[in-house]
Amino acid sequence: MSEIREIISSGNELAAIASVDAGCKFFAGYPLTPSSEIMHVVSDLLPKIGGAAIQMEDEIAGVAAAIGAGMSGVRSLTATSGPGISLKAENLGLAQMCEVPLVVINVMRGGPSTGLPTRVSQGDVAQAKNPSHGDYKSITVCAGNLAECYTETVRAFNLADRFMQPVFVLLDETIGHMHAKAELPTLEAVKAGIVPRKTFDGAPEDYLPYGVEEDQPALLNPMFTGYRYHYTGLHHDASGFPTEEIETCRKLIDRLFQKVEKYQDEIESNEEYMVDDADILIVGYGSASLAIKEAINMLRKDGIKVGMFRPITLWPSPEKRLHELGQKFDKVLSVELNQGQYLEEVQRSMGRLDIEKLTKTNGRPFSPSDIIEKVKEL
Amino acid sequence: MAFNYDQYLRVNKMPTLWCWGCGDGVILKSFIRAVDKLGWKKDDICLVSGIGCSGRFSSYVDFNTVHTTHGRTIAFATGIKLANPDKHVVCVAGDGDALAIGGNHTIHGCRRNIDITMILINNFIYGLTNSQTSPTTPQGMWTVSQKAGNIDPTFDACELAIAAGASFVGRETVNSPKKMEKLFVQAMEHKGFSFLDIQSNCHINLGRKNKMQSAMANLDWIDSNTVSKKKYDAMSPEEQLNLFPTGVLKHDTEVKEYCEMYEEIKKVHQGDRAKITQDDFEKKI
Repeated sequence: MSEIREIISSGNELAAIASVDAGCKFFAGYPLTPSSEIMHVVSDLLPKIGGAAIQMEDEIAGVAAAIGAGMSGVRSLTATSGPGISLKAENLGLAQMCEVPLVVINVMRGGPSTGLPTRVSQGDVAQAKNPSHGDYKSITVCAGNLAECYTETVRAFNLADRFMQPVFVLLDETIGHMHAKAELPTLEAVKAGIVPRKTFDGAPEDYLPYGVEEDQPALLNPMFTGYRYHYTGLHHDASGFPTEEIETCRKLIDRLFQKVEKYQDEIESNEEYMVDDADILIVGYGSASLAIKEAINMLRKDGIKVGMFRPITLWPSPEKRLHELGQKFDKVLSVELNQGQYLEEVQRSMGRLDIEKLTKTNGRPFSPSDIIEKVKEL
Repeated sequence: MAFNYDQYLRVNKMPTLWCWGCGDGVILKSFIRAVDKLGWKKDDICLVSGIGCSGRFSSYVDFNTVHTTHGRTIAFATGIKLANPDKHVVCVAGDGDALAIGGNHTIHGCRRNIDITMILINNFIYGLTNSQTSPTTPQGMWTVSQKAGNIDPTFDACELAIAAGASFVGRETVNSPKKMEKLFVQAMEHKGFSFLDIQSNCHINLGRKNKMQSAMANLDWIDSNTVSKKKYDAMSPEEQLNLFPTGVLKHDTEVKEYCEMYEEIKKVHQGDRAKITQDDFEKKI
């Protein structure tokens, strides 16, 4: 059997197929361009395998029902675009606080507000870091090509169960609607890679769902299995019940940070393209990286050595590697389809403000010539 | 022998945060007796609450419990139920919770007819946050957000639920715990979405400036506003004007339940039956 399989499909469809392959059994959502194909595909695939997909009355209900299913113990998905995330934000905060695993796919379109519904943007990168109020550490991955719409969605489900929290998968309209051949891992390999959430198998009277070490995620057993416990968005103690005790409150929020921060190596994923011998470094992600690669190939034909660093995990950011690269390169160019939302993270990680930027917020993708022109100006 | 409530309670979470004389305790006890009558296993029940005094209901019962965001009980419960159709899911929400911020989910929960019981604890005010106007606050009453008197028209929660398509709708008050228990049993036994308007007192925050400073005064007011459906139906429209009927107001066993219909969807996709068409439904438009 070959190690890969080839599928001709779109990014949105591949993300939907990946969800089902990764063991997702539940979807709830609301139609929103340019993400709706994900709902269309899972609505066919999930009932086929005994799961369920439901179109709810609004975006808020979509994420709430998906979190409800996640609370009950099944792998759960919702998908939307930026305006939907704005509406889902409060309940995403509840999922962070209660530590409910969930995958949220955001196929980014032009914003703010209704913006450019059918056109591309990467304007939700900052939103993905902290969609709701309060302190927690988001995990966000971003697909840079068709195959990653599949592989990153699979990875997101495993990360959600590993860290017990929502995980964002960012696609953008270009990637989501791109239709071509993708090389994917075999279904057997995907199934073999599924790591379900950890559970407690001791006596119910000894069970403390949030009574874990200071850098560990909550230990949430599936509902209806004899471990009756309590979920609340209020600050809670080890047993899961509301408290305002000073040390308990401090430790809870510290833990929401530490469970991610201390294990960032398990989450981080980057691609480096022709970086080793380059004189100029471009930082870019998502569909922008496709134009960047093409531009690099063309620039190198002219003898201009450019390389690309592409974060696949956007949050937490690859700050250490960015810092190293910031030391190595004099000329760094940040390329993104927004006004520079990730540029700020690149500046912070590299510890310098002299990062050049190429941005675009007119709903159109980058062409390689945009990038070539900018590089030649540097 | 006295009924043993403790077997269903998280006694170590007591006392409750509800005020002295609050009706929520009466509702909690009636609900527990109903669960006992039905013989439901604690492990098989999920109770979902929202935000407000009623939101703490979930803390005190020894079931699988979820204290969610403001107004969203039915949305969370829908996910829990559809992913676990053989389990029992009950929502508890307040009047601000279910009818204001969560109004959309209430409407669509009723319409969808998924097998969830929604217990609306209706005390006609935002109690937890100190007396702001709710969608059921009677016009002309004082609230902290409308000190000159409330001018907002009110919802009749049951009329709303009936219009939205709930297949079981009922109303009782904390003055009648035995009737309430019976209503809970009927609603929870019903296969479909059941909506209950349980009228309760808040003498602290509704009563304090509306001449009902004691629990008894507030309970008397509730009593004076309600009559049994049988009596209500015999009244003229003029007599009905300022009264709420109590008891079972709607019980339709013909409407198809959502999870059962979803099983048909699964069969379609698994090749075990033809696609669902209009012929599967009696009502075509």
